[in-house]
Amino acid sequence: MTTAERAPVLATAPDLVPRPWRVRAVRRELVDTVTVDLEPVTGPAVPYRPGQVNMLSLFGLGEVPISVSGDPAVPDIQRHTVRAAGATTSGLTRVGPGDTVGVRGPFGTGWNVEAAAGRDAVVVAGGLGLAPLRPALYWLLAHRGEIGRVALLYGSRSPEDLLYADELHAWRARFDLAVEVTVDRAHGGWRGDVGVVPALVRRLAVDPANTVAYVCGPEIMMRFAADALTDLGVPAERVEVSLERNMKCMVGLCGHCVLGPFYVCTDGPVLPWSAVARLLRTREL
Amino acid sequence: MTHALADELAAHPFCIDLPDPVVLAVAPLVTRLDADGGQVLGREGDPAGTFYLLTEGRVALQVQSSGRPPAVLETLGAGEVVGWSWLIPPYRWHFDAVAIEPVGALAVDGARLRAEMDADPVLGYALTARFIPVIVDRLQSTRLRLLDLYGHDHR
Repeated sequence: MTTAERAPVLATAPDLVPRPWRVRAVRRELVDTVTVDLEPVTGPAVPYRPGQVNMLSLFGLGEVPISVSGDPAVPDIQRHTVRAAGATTSGLTRVGPGDTVGVRGPFGTGWNVEAAAGRDAVVVAGGLGLAPLRPALYWLLAHRGEIGRVALLYGSRSPEDLLYADELHAWRARFDLAVEVTVDRAHGGWRGDVGVVPALVRRLAVDPANTVAYVCGPEIMMRFAADALTDLGVPAERVEVSLERNMKCMVGLCGHCVLGPFYVCTDGPVLPWSAVARLLRTREL
Repeated sequence: MTHALADELAAHPFCIDLPDPVVLAVAPLVTRLDADGGQVLGREGDPAGTFYLLTEGRVALQVQSSGRPPAVLETLGAGEVVGWSWLIPPYRWHFDAVAIEPVGALAVDGARLRAEMDADPVLGYALTARFIPVIVDRLQSTRLRLLDLYGHDHR
């Protein structure tokens, strides 16, 4: 099929046409990071799975993949946490209530949260990686009675860079959730840990053979955290990681996000560590 | 040393892979430490004659800075080891080690252990080999943090 033949098909494919959504609220999380609540201007919102991604566009500026970071039980308002890194993400950190944002999605696989039933569950986040994991945590807490021990391990650059600080405090106060937070650097007054996330993994009180783990953060951090989990005895097929690649079309057409045999946009972004561990250590990929 | 303390020593992650004769050699040098939050286990520059196998609570390794709060380099928790300066000349603490909450630990007389390691090379090799992974683990942790993984360049 030539490009000319394909173009009309692509232009009418619903997954490729952004729908206008309205900014309902904006919350500043960090100096360069905001959480934007979006609601559809017309028609219903499409429910999403924890870990799925929407493509957000500012018309005339560009389009970026952003994980949904809200509660999947409330799909009508979809929450996205965005850090200003490029032109489009910087633009998204400047939107205000009433502004219009283009939305395509949700796309990709999500966290296999159902696999936590009857098992211990560990959520391992680094930096902004807590955002794609927050829906999974909401889901786990909503189904708390079906799951064994639940732990959140979160690493950040400094105490000032902690995402969702208010919620972290609330989660820490729960008796049915273990929350461990570590930072790379801190001065006196910080009562949490200082060190790397894999060190927290080694202190975990779980039954490793009967544990599922969800890991998201910088790729290097995910590699070391996943290794620490499998060293502990968690099966690699039950360690899931969320990959970030150059996702553009989100429907497995353009090939920008290919990682070995996977289109990260459709086969991922969440993939089992058993499937990607070798690929992430292949220098050519 | 009580049987309970000996059992606790043998069950500590530091001793899991050590041969029984090595654990037995360490056992007479162990005492139980229960520290309150804020208690200093080692102070930068002081002679380092003891190391601690943590069984509960957390300890901060930190460095003082005049007129500023101490900078925390790393925190260590149950199952981890605090202190290797007793093993390396000039046998002085490199940093402050401060309990940041109530801490339970097995305190090992490192000065006496070092003398026994000097006298018994097999014991000395086994314990040195056991400490190397601890030191390498801390080095790797430091290297990862040097990468500033949570900065813009990485995600």
